[in-house]
Amino acid sequence: MRNIHIKNGHVIDPKNKIDAITDVFVSDGKILALGDAPASFKADETIDATGLIVCPGLVDLSARLREPGDEYKATLVSELHAAVAGGITSLSCPPDTDPVLDEPGLVEMLKHRTKQLKLAKVYPLGALTTQLKGQTLSEMSQLAAAGCVGFSQANIAINDTQVLWRAMQYAATFDFTLFLSAEEPFLAKGGVAHDGEVATRLGLKGIPSAAEALALASILRIAQETNATIHITRISTAESVEMIRDAKKQGLKVTCDVAANQLHLTEHDIGFFNSHCHLKPPLRTERDKTALCMGLKDGTIDAICSDHAPVDDDAKLVPFAQAEVGATGLELLLPLTLKWAEQNKVPLSSALSLITENSAAILSITAGDLTIGNPADICLFNADEYWEISTSTITSMGKNTPFLGLELAGKVKSTIALGDIVFTAQ
Amino acid sequence: MKNPQLNADGELTHLLSIEGLPKRNLVQILDTAESFIGVAEREVKKVPILKGKTVCNLFLENSTRTRTTFEIAAKRLSADVLSLNVATSSQSKGETILDTVDNLIAMNADMFVVRHNESGAAHFIASHVPKHIHVINAGDGRHSHPTQGLLDVFTIRKFKPELHNLRIAIIGDVLHSRVARSEIHALSTLGVPEIRVIAPKTLLPVDVEKLGVHVYHDINEGLKDVDVVMMLRLQNERMSGALLPSQQEYFKTYGLTQERLNLAKSDAIVLHPGPMNRGVEIESVVADGAQSVILPQVTYGIGVRMAVMAMLGGGKA
Repeated sequence: MRNIHIKNGHVIDPKNKIDAITDVFVSDGKILALGDAPASFKADETIDATGLIVCPGLVDLSARLREPGDEYKATLVSELHAAVAGGITSLSCPPDTDPVLDEPGLVEMLKHRTKQLKLAKVYPLGALTTQLKGQTLSEMSQLAAAGCVGFSQANIAINDTQVLWRAMQYAATFDFTLFLSAEEPFLAKGGVAHDGEVATRLGLKGIPSAAEALALASILRIAQETNATIHITRISTAESVEMIRDAKKQGLKVTCDVAANQLHLTEHDIGFFNSHCHLKPPLRTERDKTALCMGLKDGTIDAICSDHAPVDDDAKLVPFAQAEVGATGLELLLPLTLKWAEQNKVPLSSALSLITENSAAILSITAGDLTIGNPADICLFNADEYWEISTSTITSMGKNTPFLGLELAGKVKSTIALGDIVFTAQ
Repeated sequence: MKNPQLNADGELTHLLSIEGLPKRNLVQILDTAESFIGVAEREVKKVPILKGKTVCNLFLENSTRTRTTFEIAAKRLSADVLSLNVATSSQSKGETILDTVDNLIAMNADMFVVRHNESGAAHFIASHVPKHIHVINAGDGRHSHPTQGLLDVFTIRKFKPELHNLRIAIIGDVLHSRVARSEIHALSTLGVPEIRVIAPKTLLPVDVEKLGVHVYHDINEGLKDVDVVMMLRLQNERMSGALLPSQQEYFKTYGLTQERLNLAKSDAIVLHPGPMNRGVEIESVVADGAQSVILPQVTYGIGVRMAVMAMLGGGKA
């Protein structure tokens, strides 16, 4: 492996509280030193990082890679290239592929294939119940042994609270983290947008905020009873922020994240039925957006995720309600995080912690920092350079995002994964 | 945000919804419709405005009345009319709606009249057709049914020309109704000062007040002193279940009877977009009574649809 010298960059490592112009030395796939070169160090490659931020490779909590099963939407190769183009070197993926990630063999295959690609590292979330049907617990211990870092139901709710209770009990036995989204399926049935002013005007079937509150209340209450460790993915309402704040105060082992899109968009962005804004959870009100931004700032929300869900063009070229849910996100995670930080006057280091050390801690993985001796996963970006979000600038096979045509600041210049330069901007 | 139905000069290029249409466009359509009403009374019921043009009725949801009136309107304008039925169309063979539209454009269709069960379908099609193609929304999901809204205000204007003095009540399933949404937008744009909606809470969408209406749950209270009563159709599948307990209960609590209508002004008129459920939302005595303008609505509907088609497809009207 090559020795890399990253010279003169603005190094920000939130976990180790480093925020200074300095040099980083990489050797043998690991972080060798910061500051002065170790005595015997001889660089095979020197990167001039003058004017760039040098930070830990980003860690994304929710990225759909679509393989296996939906390779026409995206593939492991395409999306892991997109990840490193977005500065992401570790990501976790939900189990709703086809077949569902509920067998150790599938997990091993996914781990093996992605490891060989030597791009971003993939940390699968196993299915919490067999086939995500919400009836039978999956073989969690064996799935964990195969490489799952937690368990999830993706977007599919468990209707039976007894099953949810048992799932949490069982997971708590082995200290597994459950990644749960909060949406009460009966209230949300058929809904495609926030149940509010815009849905009423456009005649779209709504998903009330109460659907999230009800599901979240059940999850939190059962977590309290079972002492399970839970992570709530992609909260979307002001009420959820309050509920999680209270749960944390009570000492529950709960963390949560918000999708980057939710920090910038509201129901009004649907405009005249823009199917790129057909997302799950739905875009909500201005008040919700503000509460999410504030909750992130005060630490109630622990991390930002890309909620990457690449969709093929045809699946969006239909009337709004029929359009497939989701937006491409891997390459927008950094710019949208920076945009939130700027709008809310959050220091860069604090903002980066939300997509590095915090998400790594939630996944319990060694990543998201520049600690000496840790794997050299590094992202170099220009925080002030604007780039246009377009079908030609997005690497992911999914070109679907509400931000198409807009310019965002935050351009990744180089990504290093396990000591190899895996992405360099053109 | 750019209104997708107006061109750079503020002229109508598609008719997709009433919302966002300036008053002058609405008035222009109504005034043009006025001039077409006479055509039906001539011996030769035709004008050559759309001669040589092909109007394609693309109905992806069942409809008899609306499709028929659009067909008649197009034929009276001398257009060639092609009516595609959902049951026999390639949509049921899995073709996407855009492919269907592209194929029809390749066959030189000039104008599409679209009905679809999803809100936003007409906007979607309009945003993907070439500039010279015009799209008329003939009903999309719960969103909009602009020609119905227009023919309703046309009818009201005929009988009650002083729109700015009217008190109007809309009764029934507002939640699922594209007609109600179109009526509300049309009436408020034209300056009607008081629009009421009367329905149980299960049939009203969230934040309906933000559309500029007053909400009544008691029909007797809501009908008091109104000039116009606009009924909405209650779909069969919504008559019993979690939205409403039964037809009978609905009729007892929200059905329009003569006794209730007497609470309105003595010269109040009654509209219904059809098809009616007699004995469910409206009593026959009222539907066929002296205050009913339900059949004139149908007649005017043709004139309004001719006006819209002529304005879109016939150059300057």
